[in-house]
Amino acid sequence: MTNLSPANEPSIVAEAEAEQVARDRAGRKPLSGWRMLLPTMTPWLAVGLVLVGAITLFGIFGPYLVGDPRQIRDIGLTPPSGDFLLGTTQTGQDVLAQLAYATRGSLQIGILVGVLATALSAFFGIYGAYRGGFADEAFSLLSNVFLVIPGLPLVIVISGFVPRESRGLWTIAVVLAVTSWAASARVLRAQTLSVRNRDYVAASKVSGEKPWRVIVVEILPNLLPVIASQFVFAVIAAILGEAGLSFIGLGASNSATLGTMLFYAQNGFALSLGAWWWFVPPGLVIALFGMGLSLINFSIDEIINPKLKNLRQHRRRARKAARLERELARASRRSRPRAQETDAARDVEAAKEVSAR
Amino acid sequence: MNYFLRKMGFYVVALWAALTLNFAIPRLLPGNPVDILLAKLQQRGGTVTPETREAYALLLGGDDSQPLWNQYVDYLRNLLHGDLGVSVSYYPAQVTDVIAQSLPWTVILVGMATVMAAVLGVTLGAFVGWKPGTWLDSLIPATTLLAAVPYFWLALILAYFLARVLGWFPLQGGYDVVLDPGWNAEFILSAIHYGALPALTIVLASVGGWLLGMRNMMVSTLSEDYVLTAEAKGLSPRKVLRSYASRNAVLPSIAGFAISLGFVVSGSVITEQVFSYPGIGGRLLGAVTNNDYALMQGLFLVITLAVLGANLVVDLLYGLIDPRTRARS
Repeated sequence: MTNLSPANEPSIVAEAEAEQVARDRAGRKPLSGWRMLLPTMTPWLAVGLVLVGAITLFGIFGPYLVGDPRQIRDIGLTPPSGDFLLGTTQTGQDVLAQLAYATRGSLQIGILVGVLATALSAFFGIYGAYRGGFADEAFSLLSNVFLVIPGLPLVIVISGFVPRESRGLWTIAVVLAVTSWAASARVLRAQTLSVRNRDYVAASKVSGEKPWRVIVVEILPNLLPVIASQFVFAVIAAILGEAGLSFIGLGASNSATLGTMLFYAQNGFALSLGAWWWFVPPGLVIALFGMGLSLINFSIDEIINPKLKNLRQHRRRARKAARLERELARASRRSRPRAQETDAARDVEAAKEVSAR
Repeated sequence: MNYFLRKMGFYVVALWAALTLNFAIPRLLPGNPVDILLAKLQQRGGTVTPETREAYALLLGGDDSQPLWNQYVDYLRNLLHGDLGVSVSYYPAQVTDVIAQSLPWTVILVGMATVMAAVLGVTLGAFVGWKPGTWLDSLIPATTLLAAVPYFWLALILAYFLARVLGWFPLQGGYDVVLDPGWNAEFILSAIHYGALPALTIVLASVGGWLLGMRNMMVSTLSEDYVLTAEAKGLSPRKVLRSYASRNAVLPSIAGFAISLGFVVSGSVITEQVFSYPGIGGRLLGAVTNNDYALMQGLFLVITLAVLGANLVVDLLYGLIDPRTRARS
């Protein structure tokens, strides 16, 4: 077995309990169980949600608002202008129209692969760890082997053998899913092992519940934040992987994605002709979507590992203390009346105390 | 010792799995690669004897006269002898020769770039995690953008600005073609000049992952008791950072090398295509477009072997630097 995961993987349940205790001590109202599974709103989470939301809306409704992406005009390679907001391709096709359809295609494949890969990793990670014994050893070995075999070269070889006619959306999706579930399965296995031996799981088992019910009702809810985070990562990885495949001409033959756009841009010599408006937007959409999902994932990480959340709160208090200290320095420089100064000093002391807690 | 034996055992299994996958893929998928290959071979002026047909059939399937098990044994025997067949797109070169020519380019490029990205990312990550709340922390969301950027798109952008607009680096290729490849200063300098852009692409695209992983582990490590003890002893912050916190926080980053290497290799395959770099990735894509199945499989095997080998080395090193792993197994 390889040692790929941190030696001290956080146990969600223990951390969550610890946080609950801390909240009780601080005299705040305890959060309900469901509320604790949802991330707290931070500026970065808002940015992430806006990015992902905007691109998703663009992918859903954009195609209805733009013209035909395939229509050829005699104005090849015109820079962005009022008529064509993102310019035209070599054959005069509207880049914005292509972008709208391509975004839709990429999102479709991303979600499809995300669901498939998450299902695979959940099966191999949770089921194996729950059964234990031979099934666990076999599944764990399988995911470790899949982890060390480089994914994209394997995908390229598989796609290379499939004739172009039979290379549809589903083929690509399945191939991408099969090569990308392993890392998540390992993490889920570790988490399941720590949840499996809890009393309520044992109680459920002893009372004669079927294995699938124990897994779905007793174990799965504990793993939800982890699975959500893995799903988000799987979607990013799938969009990136599909873009790479399409870029080298091995994508699904019947779909238009952002990778396909880049493939045509590269083969239409967009780079050497200086047509930046042709190859910059597709990659930017991928990058911004991926960034948005990663920012959302940061917030999910704070649920999985509350230490990160405490860190953020600690940082906010530290900033507040620093601000008060600056104000105090300013106040003393101006040699204001004494009473105010001691007031500010007391504020600083209070803030320091809070941040030290 | 037990730990090392287990590791070796795992990699033997992984190697066997890769070989078997390589054997199974062409046999499980639709299409008839052997016929396509032989037709290509004839176009190139090669003579198709029954022996050539048999050799390709062993590699790619399609030979129904023998039971599958015999094919499998023969396939493994051919691999042991280093016989991967004849490349169609580089006819009459052997697949092994084509691979031997392109392998050093990729190994040096990917190796150097990965080491640079890892050192840079881990160092930055250690500092960011050590002093949370400083301006460095605002780097974190920016790295997510870099991590989500497709490698090949970053390569396109860099090529556009640094090569086409500014003209600092050449746009394509691995070295100045007027020079003869060899171990002389002029050629090596040219290779570095040409390799700078692909390397920069890989470093930029992969540094974020290292940074983030290190930073998160650093945050967890700082709340450990031994860090508190070290601070309470009155050790200088630099000493605590170097000898106590980062030493322990870096372990998962080293252990996570396997995953990152797989990603980097995958990314560099397509990056090489953008720069027409004479490495493994460019050859693999060339083989795919030319239906050169023998070369394709050979390259996949070599890439897998290289990644497995690098992981084995890292795992063995890991056992040395973290005694806990040895004790546990």
